[in-house]
Amino acid sequence: MLTSSRDLTVPIQILCYAILLAGAVVMIMPFVWMTSTACKPDIELNKLPVRWVPDNPVCGDNLDKLYDTSPNFNRYLLNSAIVTIGRTLGQLVTCSLAAYGFARFQFPGRNVIFALCLGLLMVPFQAILIPEYILIRELGWLDSFRALIIPGSFSAFALFLLRQAFLQIPLEIEEAATIDGANPLRVLWHVTLPMSVPALAAFAVITVQAAWNDFLYPLVVSSTPDTRVVTIGIALLQGERRTPWNLLMMGSFLATVPMMVLFLMLQRYFIAGISMGGVKR
Amino acid sequence: MTTAILNWLGPTPLSRRKALWGMALVAPNVLGLMFFFGLPVLMAFGTSFNEWNAIKPPRFVGLDNFERLLYEDSFEQALTNTFKLIALVVPAEILLALGVALLLNLPLRGRGVLRALYFLPVVTSTVAASVVWTGIFQPRYGILSQVLEPFGLGETKWLVEPGLVLIPVAVVAVWQRVGFDMVIFLAGLQTIPGVLYEAALIDGAGRWQRFRHVTLPMLSPTTFLVVVLAVINSFQIFDQVYVMTLRTVPGGVGGSATTLTYYLYRRAFTNSEFGYASAVALVLFAIILLVTVFQLRIQRRWVYYESEEG
Repeated sequence: MLTSSRDLTVPIQILCYAILLAGAVVMIMPFVWMTSTACKPDIELNKLPVRWVPDNPVCGDNLDKLYDTSPNFNRYLLNSAIVTIGRTLGQLVTCSLAAYGFARFQFPGRNVIFALCLGLLMVPFQAILIPEYILIRELGWLDSFRALIIPGSFSAFALFLLRQAFLQIPLEIEEAATIDGANPLRVLWHVTLPMSVPALAAFAVITVQAAWNDFLYPLVVSSTPDTRVVTIGIALLQGERRTPWNLLMMGSFLATVPMMVLFLMLQRYFIAGISMGGVKR
Repeated sequence: MTTAILNWLGPTPLSRRKALWGMALVAPNVLGLMFFFGLPVLMAFGTSFNEWNAIKPPRFVGLDNFERLLYEDSFEQALTNTFKLIALVVPAEILLALGVALLLNLPLRGRGVLRALYFLPVVTSTVAASVVWTGIFQPRYGILSQVLEPFGLGETKWLVEPGLVLIPVAVVAVWQRVGFDMVIFLAGLQTIPGVLYEAALIDGAGRWQRFRHVTLPMLSPTTFLVVVLAVINSFQIFDQVYVMTLRTVPGGVGGSATTLTYYLYRRAFTNSEFGYASAVALVLFAIILLVTVFQLRIQRRWVYYESEEG
C-alpha cells in the first residue's frame, strides 16, 4: 500500500502502534493470567485487587498439587503426544503416497475418486460424529489408541495440500530419475519429498496442532485414563467443582506450552499452512 | 476378458504399469478416507431413520426423528442459540481481523512480532483457552469483573445469566479466530498490485478513497473466503460451550448456551438417542451446505475478480 515508513507521518505511526499494542495486550492477557494464576498460592486466589504477579509464587508446589489431584496428568500428556505423533506420521505416509499418485499417474476413475475425497472436506466432523462412534464401537476399538490414531491417519485436506505442492515440482526432474531406473517409491522418497520440505513442514505443524488440541472425538471414543488425552484431562479438572483455579491454570499451562513452543520455533510454517489451505482439518 | 481389463487400465504396457502404480499409491488414503469418513456419511442417513439407543436394537421409524425436530422446543432453542452466536462471532472476528491486517500491512517496525502475538491464540487448545476465559469471566474475582467493577458490573454472572452466557462463548471464539483470519487477509493484501495504488494517487485519491476503491474491491475474494470459513466454523462451536458451562449448568441455565453441536452431542451421548441426534446432525450438515451454496451465489454478484476485468 505504502512503500516505506517515511510515507507515514509520525502521529499516524503512533496511532497505529497504539491500536496494535492495545489489541496485542488483549490477545496476550489470557496467557499472562493463566501463568500468574498457575503460580498463586490458594490464599491469593481471591485477593482483591487482582494481582498480576503473585506475592508468593508457588509454581512447584502447585505442580505437585496438580499431580495429587490428577495423578495421571503426565500420562494424559504422554497420550496426547502419542496420538499427535501417530496421526502426523500416518498422514505423512498415506497422504504423500496418495498425493503423488493423484499428481503424477493416470488411471481409470482418477478424477472421480479425487473429487470424492475433496467432497469429504465439505462434511463437518460433527455431522458424522454419531456414525463414527458406532463404527469405532462395532470395530471394538473404543478406549484404544487404534481409535485415536488410525482414523486420524487419513486426510483429504493433507492430500489436497500435498498434491498441490507436488504439482509445483518440474516433471523433468522426476523423469530424469525414472529414466535412471528408479521406481516411483524411490522417486517420491529421493526427489519429490525432499523438494517439498516447506509444504510438508506446513502440513505437519497444522496436523500436529489439530491433533494435540482435538477434543470432541476423544471425548466420544475414549473414557478410560489409559487412553485419555490432555484436553479431556483438563475438562475433567474443570468439571470437578472443587478444583481450585491455580491447579486448573497449571493444567491448562502444561497443555498449552508444547504448542506455543512449537509455534514460536516454526512460526512461518504455521502461517504458510493457513495461507495455503485456508481450511483447518 | 483379460484384454478388456488391460484396455481399461491403459493402451500401452507402460501406461498400464503406471495406472497400477497410481492405484496402489492412492489406495491406502482413499480406502481409509472412504471407510472412516465416507461410510459414516452414509450411515448418518441410516441412523436418522431409526429409533436407536444404547440398550435396544435399532428400530426403523421412517421420518419420525425429523418430525420430532419440528415440535421439540429444545431443538428450536439450540438452532436460535447457534444463529445468535454466529451473529456475535462472525462480524466481530472479521472486522477485528481486517483492521489488524490493514495495520500490520503497513511498513511498521516490529510487525513480525505483533503478527505472532495475534496468531498465538490460534495454536492454543480451545479447551485450555475456555478454562482460562472462564476464570477471566468469573464474577468478582475475574479480571473482567475487576475492570467492570467501577460500572457496577463486577458481580455479573456471565456464565449463569441465560441472556449473557453466549457472550463469553463468543469472546473465546473470536479471540481464537482473529489471528487465523488476519493471516488470510494479509495474504490477500499482498496480492494487490502496487500499481493500482500509484494510479489512484496520481488521480488524487485520498487515503479513504484508496481504501474504498482499491483495497476493498481487490480484497473481496479474500473477504468472501474468510466469511465462509468463519460461518462454517461458528456452526461447529462445541468445546467452548462444553468447558465454560461445566461448572455451572452444562449447556447453560435452561439450555441457554446449547448450540447445535452441543445439542446433538448431549442427545447422543448423555441421553443415548442416537437416531434423534443423527437427525439433528443431518440438519446441521444441510444448513452448512445451504450456507455454502447461498454464499457461492451471492459471491458472483459482488466479489471482484481480477480475471473478470478484461
